[in-house]
Amino acid sequence: MAQDDAKNNDKTSGEKQRNVTRRAALVGMAGAAGTVLARGADGQEVQVSSGSRPQVPPDPTKVIGRLASEFGERSPFERLERVTSFSRSSSETPLQNLHGTITPAALHFERHHAGVPSIDPDKHKLIIHGMVSQPTTFSVSDLKRLPAASRICFIECSGNLFRDAPEQTTAQLIAGMTSQSEWTGVMLSTLLREVGADPGASWLLAEGADAAVLTRSIPKAFWDEAMVVYAQNGEAVRPENGYPIRFLNPGCEGNTSVKWLRRIEVSDQPFMTREETSKYTEPVKGGVSRQFSLVMDARSIITYPSYPNTVEKGWIEVQGIAWSGRGKIAAAEVSTDDGKTWQRAALQDPILPKAHVRFRHMFKWDGKDTVIMSRAIDETGYIQPTRAAFMQARGPGSGPYHQNPITGWRLKAGGDVVYRVEEWA
Amino acid sequence: MYQVKGGTMPDRAVTMTWLLVICVCVMAGATFAGEDDEEAVVYGFGRPATAEEIAAWDIDVRPDGKGLPAGSGTPAEGAAIYVAQCAACHGAQGEGGLNDRLVVHSADEPFPLASDVNAGQHRTIGNYWPYATTVFDYIRRSMPFTAPGTLTANEVYSLTAHLLHLNHVIPEDAEMNAQTLPKVVMPAHGKFRLDDRQDFKEVH
Ligand code: HEC
Repeated sequence: MAQDDAKNNDKTSGEKQRNVTRRAALVGMAGAAGTVLARGADGQEVQVSSGSRPQVPPDPTKVIGRLASEFGERSPFERLERVTSFSRSSSETPLQNLHGTITPAALHFERHHAGVPSIDPDKHKLIIHGMVSQPTTFSVSDLKRLPAASRICFIECSGNLFRDAPEQTTAQLIAGMTSQSEWTGVMLSTLLREVGADPGASWLLAEGADAAVLTRSIPKAFWDEAMVVYAQNGEAVRPENGYPIRFLNPGCEGNTSVKWLRRIEVSDQPFMTREETSKYTEPVKGGVSRQFSLVMDARSIITYPSYPNTVEKGWIEVQGIAWSGRGKIAAAEVSTDDGKTWQRAALQDPILPKAHVRFRHMFKWDGKDTVIMSRAIDETGYIQPTRAAFMQARGPGSGPYHQNPITGWRLKAGGDVVYRVEEWA
Repeated sequence: MYQVKGGTMPDRAVTMTWLLVICVCVMAGATFAGEDDEEAVVYGFGRPATAEEIAAWDIDVRPDGKGLPAGSGTPAEGAAIYVAQCAACHGAQGEGGLNDRLVVHSADEPFPLASDVNAGQHRTIGNYWPYATTVFDYIRRSMPFTAPGTLTANEVYSLTAHLLHLNHVIPEDAEMNAQTLPKVVMPAHGKFRLDDRQDFKEVH
């Protein structure tokens, strides 16, 4: 199989074949049952059987196509999916199947503490109060009348790691709780000016309108870049991602970008909510736990080749994403000899601060057993650590938050690619 | 930021409006509204929030007790409510349920250390929560999981008292109210440090 096809071929989702809806199967159908030829998403002709794949005419140039529609759907041949956790309080982005750096909104990772609320945007309101001269209630349309700003950045859950993963683990399960969107809304600074925030204020509480009424305290250091956003990749924010409005705290742990935002209370001290004491804190050396360590440290992961790809001897384009909550990615390095030597990978423009950047590196594989891995270097000079260095600095009992060690993939003689298993204890 | 809705104005009026804008700008020696101008402007969108709507949502409680409502409760009162509304998910004595464990005695399991291998390490009220007010705040906003926001202030004080007692933090007869709760010193008090990393080149 050509490597490009392998990139789009996820064994996991291939195994759980979905029943194609009758409507999809009928779309443009030529009436022929059995095996037909069709054009895959990559433009290559593929054989499709009527059993598990949608049927399409053998030659699309001989049949008038579907007419214009009100809302576009992806090709019935495409079936990328998030993987949901057992409790369905989270789902992860299929990093290994995406291209470029923008995450389709329908595949953005989810994490919620009491489900996704159903909210009527016309009834939703945002109250800003506390240390302000004019406590104000904004409707969603009020927010849209204020000067708009857009920003492309990642949001990553600070628990984004699968520690005791077996060899048969995808990049999605290792690091799929990071996703990237173009967000549009109002700068927090604009809102604080509208309500006359007290210059002496130093913390604010952001609160969601979900059944957890989730709250986080945000220190002033992050206010300049923070936003209240109503759009994601050009359309309204998805319900799972905070519809109709969410807080956006670029570069910081996802939980502080409070979704379904309903209230901001301006204050001069943190509120010490459960999500910043019991959770989202990490024991560090000295017998204490670190709190409000909001920034996501630099990280990267190779998305191709990775489990469950298979590769062939010869040239392989290694691809992946790198990101840092502290600013721009300065470099991404790839090792194809289990960390002994490192080469600079090419970075794809644009290289935006606090954003996923795609890297590529051509590597000629000799077909022998090896481990490939990547590390991110950000503009502060920080180098993504190995698991051993990370554990040395943090301690084995520090988990599960803010863990960003290097991920390795083992290329086995014969071509199978598996996750390079790590010992954590 | 100007809104000019051509569709609602006759063409001549639009032209006149623009002429006026240009004249004003020229007279003021200004260019179009840039960031500097935006800095100074308050647009006045939104409406004043009423005291009632703020009060209805302002349920947060700070460690100094700000935000605690009137009311009170004891561990004994809380025990009865706990059996009816919490035990099914958190276990009869706050452990062994399907959901989060709520009881750890710090004498048996002290504050978790980063240096310990964390297999089976528990982090909850008795050994990890630094403030008693957080227990009140969290139960009031998020619990019981399937019916959040339904407990009265007295019930939340009672449940908070019960859980603090089960965790060996307060005696059986201690009453929790807006004065006593902020004074409770938790076993994990003083064991949290604000992120103080300076050199970002370091792994830490
Ligand atoms: C239907 C099951 C259910 C019921 C009933 C329930 N809880 Fe919970 N509780 C949960 C779940 C699930 C969580 C974790 C939520 C999360 O992580 O976001 C939780 C978390 C908690 C926590 C935080 C634990 C920690 O260490 O962070 C406390 C405290 C708590 N519940 C108290 C209560 C109290 C008091 C009641 C009764 C009024 C109650 N719960 C009823 C399911 C339940």
